[in-house]
Amino acid sequence: MTVPKQTDGDTAPKPAKPKKRSAVPRPVYVVDGARTPFLKARLGPGPFRASDLAVHAGRALLARQPFAPTALDEVILGAVMSGPEEANIARVVALRLACGDQVPAWTVQRNCASGMQALDSAAQAIASGRADLVLAGGVEAMSHAPVLLSTAMVGWLGAWNAARGARERMRLVSRLRPGHFKPVIALLLGLTDPVVGLSMGQTAEIISRRYGISRADMDAYAVRSHQRLARAQSEGRLGEIVPLIADDGTVYDHDDGVRPDSSTDKLARLAPFFDREFGNVTAGNSSQITDGAALLVLASEEAVNLHGLTVRGRLRDCVWAGLDPRQMGFGPVHATAPLLARAELALEAIDYWEINEAFAGQVLACLQAFADPDYCRAELGLPGAMGTIDPERLNIDGGAIALGHPVGSSGARIVLHLLAVLEQRQAQRGIAAICIGGGQGGAMLVERP
Amino acid sequence: MSTGARKTVGEVVVEGVTNWRLSRDVEGLCWIDFDCVDAATNTLSSQVLIEFGRVVDALPPLAPRGLVIRSAKSNGFAAGADIREFEQMQDVDETTHRVDEVHALFARLEKLPFPTVACVHGFCLGGGLELALACRHIVAVDSVATRLGFPEVLLGIHPGFGGTVRATRFCGAIAGLELMLTGRSVSARRAAQIGLIDRAVPQRHIETAVRHFASAWQPQRQPDLKRRMAASPPLRPLVTRMLRRVVEGRAPEQHYPAPYALLELWRTHGADERAMYAAEARSIAHLLTTSTSRNLVRLFKLQERLKSQGRGAPVAPRRVHVVGAGTMGGDIAAWCALRGMQVTLEDRAAQYAAAAVKRAAVLFDRRVHDRWERQAVGDRLVVDLAGHGVAGADVIIEAIVENVAAKRELFAAIESRARPDALLASNTSSIPLEQIADALDAPARLVGIHFFNPVAQMQLVEIIASPTTDAAAVAGACAFVTAIDRLPLPVRSAPGFLVNRVLSPYLQEAMLLLEEGVAAAAIDAVAKNFGMPMGPLELADTVGLDICLHVGEILAADADGEVPAVLRQHVAAGRLGRKSGAGFYAYAKGRLAKQRDDGVKLPAAEIRDRLVLRLVNEAVACLREGVVEDADLIDVGIVFGTGFAPFRGGPLRYVDDRGVDETVARLTQLAASHGARFTPDRGWAAVADLHRRGAR
Repeated sequence: MTVPKQTDGDTAPKPAKPKKRSAVPRPVYVVDGARTPFLKARLGPGPFRASDLAVHAGRALLARQPFAPTALDEVILGAVMSGPEEANIARVVALRLACGDQVPAWTVQRNCASGMQALDSAAQAIASGRADLVLAGGVEAMSHAPVLLSTAMVGWLGAWNAARGARERMRLVSRLRPGHFKPVIALLLGLTDPVVGLSMGQTAEIISRRYGISRADMDAYAVRSHQRLARAQSEGRLGEIVPLIADDGTVYDHDDGVRPDSSTDKLARLAPFFDREFGNVTAGNSSQITDGAALLVLASEEAVNLHGLTVRGRLRDCVWAGLDPRQMGFGPVHATAPLLARAELALEAIDYWEINEAFAGQVLACLQAFADPDYCRAELGLPGAMGTIDPERLNIDGGAIALGHPVGSSGARIVLHLLAVLEQRQAQRGIAAICIGGGQGGAMLVERP
Repeated sequence: MSTGARKTVGEVVVEGVTNWRLSRDVEGLCWIDFDCVDAATNTLSSQVLIEFGRVVDALPPLAPRGLVIRSAKSNGFAAGADIREFEQMQDVDETTHRVDEVHALFARLEKLPFPTVACVHGFCLGGGLELALACRHIVAVDSVATRLGFPEVLLGIHPGFGGTVRATRFCGAIAGLELMLTGRSVSARRAAQIGLIDRAVPQRHIETAVRHFASAWQPQRQPDLKRRMAASPPLRPLVTRMLRRVVEGRAPEQHYPAPYALLELWRTHGADERAMYAAEARSIAHLLTTSTSRNLVRLFKLQERLKSQGRGAPVAPRRVHVVGAGTMGGDIAAWCALRGMQVTLEDRAAQYAAAAVKRAAVLFDRRVHDRWERQAVGDRLVVDLAGHGVAGADVIIEAIVENVAAKRELFAAIESRARPDALLASNTSSIPLEQIADALDAPARLVGIHFFNPVAQMQLVEIIASPTTDAAAVAGACAFVTAIDRLPLPVRSAPGFLVNRVLSPYLQEAMLLLEEGVAAAAIDAVAKNFGMPMGPLELADTVGLDICLHVGEILAADADGEVPAVLRQHVAAGRLGRKSGAGFYAYAKGRLAKQRDDGVKLPAAEIRDRLVLRLVNEAVACLREGVVEDADLIDVGIVFGTGFAPFRGGPLRYVDDRGVDETVARLTQLAASHGARFTPDRGWAAVADLHRRGAR
């Protein structure tokens, strides 16, 4: 029957013109990027679902592009725990962004580095000639992480549905124990290593002990992160943020986990969170549980010329490294070493650094490891220490301790902000690195044109 | 339609039939395709009905297993009777006879000795729905485009092709009468719930469902006992009284007789279908001759005329950029998003846009019930602080503060970034368009698109052309406004345009009456009795007294009039109307507080004439000055722009009914007693001339 198609009239089919594979890797350019403010999870689910966050950032970003959303070749998003109704969240977001039926989209998962993985996947597609224009980034609404039923409860419910007759049901009811009702917090499960059984905070305890990093060092680092973010906010250096307006009219325009009044005295009063009796890692010197999305537009040279885009930077290379899951916090060190080697650059050649602040102790331990000849020799097979990273060139506008670590999104955020830092400081080259639960590290080399 | 196309179909030729196609498939089903010649929409004109009779009579010899009636049009099943024939039906006996014949035809359809199924998609309204109801079964496509209903009451009549009988038979009295009394259409799913149709099925199953009902006898739908109860003799008078009370709250009987006639019809004959068919025919024949119906039908046709101005535009607009997220800008943006546009809404900071987003969310929640569609509508409204949307927009609407310098600066900036073919529009209500236009390199591009508040409720939108505006811009604006389901009314750039221009003296007179000591409630009551949806003082409070003062001052400056002191006092005291909690009335939580009705007593007729004739006199001045093209547009504009008593057909039609000479005499009399503001406009001579020639 000739009932008109209900869907919004998508543009005419694109001609099926396969892209030519490139024999030589092509350069990958960052032409623009935007992110939502990072919203600290407070009581219960936050005002935006994960796809809402990505759609808000994405539509503001796409609205200012000279090309239509349908011109994208694909959309790639990193997400660790997208909601049960947002399977392959990248596709949900692409369709909601009016990219049209014909723009494929996929979701990548590499735990805390999912957002960086999305950029790397997009970069590979562009480098190889398979794509010219890709929207990539990461999203996480940690406050919306599901609460699950225990396996025992699911088994009981199955038996209940199969039960016939009152007698059998009575028998089942009598077997129900309070433990059946204990909810399983998916978020906590996600932050626990499923192979070695340590929580992420416990891995940070391990590596900070290894370098004798004190509680006071960690708290001082955390305070500095808050102060740096507060300063960046007041000086308007976070231009990548697009404000969100919720349906109730509330405006969310800044990273609201920041505590400009944070002090070592206040932080010293907090009890250790992961190893309660003898630990040093507290909620105050760890990254925050947060909701947020960060998206970048990556383009090939052809796309830049075709649409008249402005190149903001180039994603030169990316390295992924594996290491002991118990010491996953050293991941940035393990990924940076081969990245520098491949680029034939010394540590000193890097103007600015973003190392994701999963934990203050973890970042500090990384800094020690970079400068430790024994570590570099034994763990990385280098002839000696890689060098010293100047704290004034690391996370200069604060990090995840102050603005939060929406796990799927952080990897994209640090690349996006690193680019902003390089622009603001008229610098050339930077590395964004991140530690990954499960024992991995990722590092991305970013250059300005 | 492709249903049955896969099975071998044999066309059956019926002599003298062009608007229907009859065919028969290998399974023995007959299919009737309704396809009005030379029309995009199916309507049931008398010729179409005569032909349908021939098709129905051709069926029994074919001895089909079953019959399916469907539409070949993509927009829907059928829109109803042909409204163009209504005005010829002014003889009650003759009309009754013609309606009886349609009843007989539908009865023949209903009694065919094989299953009959109406297969419905898109709109199925009025007579179209009545035709479907004469089939044993109705199956409709479950989609947002499918709407079923009885809009007759909006034209001052009630269903006449057996709808009053069959709707109450299938839905039960309450749901059936409600459908006919409100004129509201329902979705396929809702229609199935209330028993109006058998099934709402997704497009993918429509053929299977239709064949299921057509291939063998299936039980017919019937309201459950509870629903049938309402029609039982002891309950019928009670139900009638209850519904009557609801109707009285909305439409007084003296002005809107149709719903009362419908209730009476059911109360008297609800238990006897034969008698009810006969009474229905007589009742509708009578209603068609009432001035209410004639006026409403004329307005309907004028509405179609306004909409037709938007046809034939080269490209349909899709992207809209609105600058200024205040009440008007925000609500325009939200309305556009609701109607399918991709919208960017620009303001200086997120804080300014926040209230607009909040109001938009309330509108979307109220209007869009499907969760996924609701999400899509919300995604289409994008707050755009940097104004990036300008570059890609098809339509750019300015709704910032009423400040010439600011608007000129804005448009100069917009023009340099907008696409050369983008429509540039201002929502200004008080600044002459030409003063803004000459800031542009191409002043001819600028057009006024003047929405009224609240945007979601006010159907009329004034399209303003300055002397420099080119015709293409006006046509583009009309097309855009039509695309978002509003009525475009082209007006000349003159202070107040049409709607505010005629409203202003009317509101002013109400304020003068108030200053004379007449109670506000007494003034408003007279206006409401006249048929206005709201009294002038409550209207002023709703619009906002600051805005009334602003408009009043501009118009007063233009016509050396003056603004009533009481208005200045209220505004000076911060009593701005509903939004500030007080104005001419006090409001508690936005609702009108209880009013006392004491004060100077004046005869209602005097209050009425002072209010209405000032409006009418101004309308005549607008006609004389050529603010709109002709007298018809004055009427339709004022009805849809101000709510002027629709059953009276507009101010100039009102004068026709009242008598031109009498009206002018009354104005002259009022001018003598109350001042020169009542002096009959010079344009009355032309009105008298029009009246005499019966051109209207």
